Amino acid sequence: MSRHAVFLAPAALMVMALAAPLAAETAPQDVVFDDFGSIAEPLSDTAGNAEQGAVVYVDRSTGNCVACHAIADRTDADFQGNIGPSLDGAGDRWTTEQLRGIVADAKRTFPESMMPSMYKTSGYIRPGDAFTGKAGTEPLPPLLTAQQIEDVVAYLATLKE
Amino acid sequence: MTTPFRMAAAAAMACALSLPALAETAPENTDPIVINAGELELPTAVPPPAHLDGAVPEIYSGWLFRDAATQVMQTDDFQNPGMIFVDQGITEWNTVEGAAEKSCASCHEDISVAMKGLRATTPKVNKDGVLWSVEDYVNDCRVNRMEAEALDWNGDRMKNLTAAISMQSRGMPVDVAIDGPAQPFWEQGKEMYYTRYGQLELSCSNCHEDHYGDWIRADHLSQGQTNGFPVYRLKDAGLVSQHNRFRGCVRDTRAETFAIGSDEFRALELYVASRGNGLPVEGVSVRH
Ligand code: HEC
Ligand code: HEC
Ligand code: HEC
Repeated sequence: MSRHAVFLAPAALMVMALAAPLAAETAPQDVVFDDFGSIAEPLSDTAGNAEQGAVVYVDRSTGNCVACHAIADRTDADFQGNIGPSLDGAGDRWTTEQLRGIVADAKRTFPESMMPSMYKTSGYIRPGDAFTGKAGTEPLPPLLTAQQIEDVVAYLATLKE
Repeated sequence: MTTPFRMAAAAAMACALSLPALAETAPENTDPIVINAGELELPTAVPPPAHLDGAVPEIYSGWLFRDAATQVMQTDDFQNPGMIFVDQGITEWNTVEGAAEKSCASCHEDISVAMKGLRATTPKVNKDGVLWSVEDYVNDCRVNRMEAEALDWNGDRMKNLTAAISMQSRGMPVDVAIDGPAQPFWEQGKEMYYTRYGQLELSCSNCHEDHYGDWIRADHLSQGQTNGFPVYRLKDAGLVSQHNRFRGCVRDTRAETFAIGSDEFRALELYVASRGNGLPVEGVSVRH
């Protein structure tokens, strides 16, 4: 049993290394926030793609940022919410590191914020299995992947006034 | 409530950011619901009950946050699509069923007398110290007095009956007891109201206290009052019970929801009702 384990572990690692995409990602529990909620290091090796980020921003099943925010030139979105501030000029107001922190876990920047934590997998009260109303098991898949966060951050950085 | 924290965070982040204040937005007008060309006027905005302790400046009917086409349906009982279910509920009231060969009317007689005021004061603690919703009273009589089977809480027959019972209190101010034996249930419901459930970590208060009047995508947020229940919901083309509404709102936070008819939802029902103490029972309201 233990011999197998010793033998299998390196093998499994090799398989993972081979199967994994080229980009390395920082797992949610390993993300380092500074005291004000910023994240200095990108969460993924692949640079954020602003065009992809713009899609995630409106997509109901992933970012759904438009549920709470508005951006003036997003006339493609059928409805835009106003729970949070307009994101016009967000790229002027915040650095990339700050935006990464806000998108990954806004409560580190704005304590008690209503904005959901997009890159968090546990510590919930009655976590559910997506929108089924049934119990989910932690760790839950984060609301956005590391790459989606980098993409959204890249998109937000383009919002200049 | 969270403003000092927000201010501190904003200051720490430096920059003169214009963070939104907790952005509750009062409705544009607070006209009463005028039903059947003036037969009945239901106020839509009244002073909040003392226990809310200034959390909101006024309490508002959900009707104010709906579009004009939906609003108008509630102003005429012939146009209100919920009224057909009230009629079916009254038929139910008069139908003999069960081994005791009785109908509700056999004992209670005229629904308009027997059930007047009940909806305005429920849920309430029964004589055994248990918190009961209208549905519990109905099923108690069915099982123990009619010797018939209990009705499904969320089934059509139960909703028709609760709609008919609600109608008998239309216009009467909600006035649920929150003290005495009701207090522990009320405290439990209050705790739930402010708990941030699910992966989205949202509490009832996040949406219905801090942000009523705002838009969450295409949805215009109300205060989440229950004085209009059961409501006729256009989206469902049918009546919706309070617990079903709660279940949907909790599910939408990506949480494990509570069951319809659970003790938790009874407690929440009491607390939410108490936030509407003073608003009139709307009988069967129309929402989308
Ligand atoms: C449930 C509502 C909600 C959702 C969904 C939401 N946010 Fe937010 N967001 C807020 C609120 C409220 C604030 C204001 C901060 C606070 O809580 O004081 C905020 C603040 C922000 C800010 C800083 C605002 C500024 O000054 O420029 C950014 C950037 C932001 N959100 C981006 C996003 C992105 C990107 C998404 C989607 C991945 C998103 N938000 C989804 C509610 C939301
Ligand atoms: C055999 C007689 C009988 C029948 C049949 C009956 N009830 Fe009752 N019901 C009672 C009695 C007795 C009470 C208790 C009254 C009290 O405690 O003041 C009661 C109480 C209630 C209450 C609580 C009233 C309150 O003010 O707290 C409701 C609601 C109710 N019944 C609804 C119904 C409905 C709906 C039906 C038909 C499905 C029904 N009842 C059938 C005898 C009956
Ligand atoms: C993410 C925001 C959100 C949260 C959190 C939320 N709701 Fe809602 N709720 C809504 C929306 C949207 C509607 C439909 C529009 C409206 O009336 O606000 C609604 C409607 C309601 C209604 C119907 C109001 C009417 O007039 O018909 C009730 C009651 C209600 N919610 C109660 C609750 C309770 C209790 C909780 C906490 C368990 C809760 N909601 C949590 C968004 C939310």
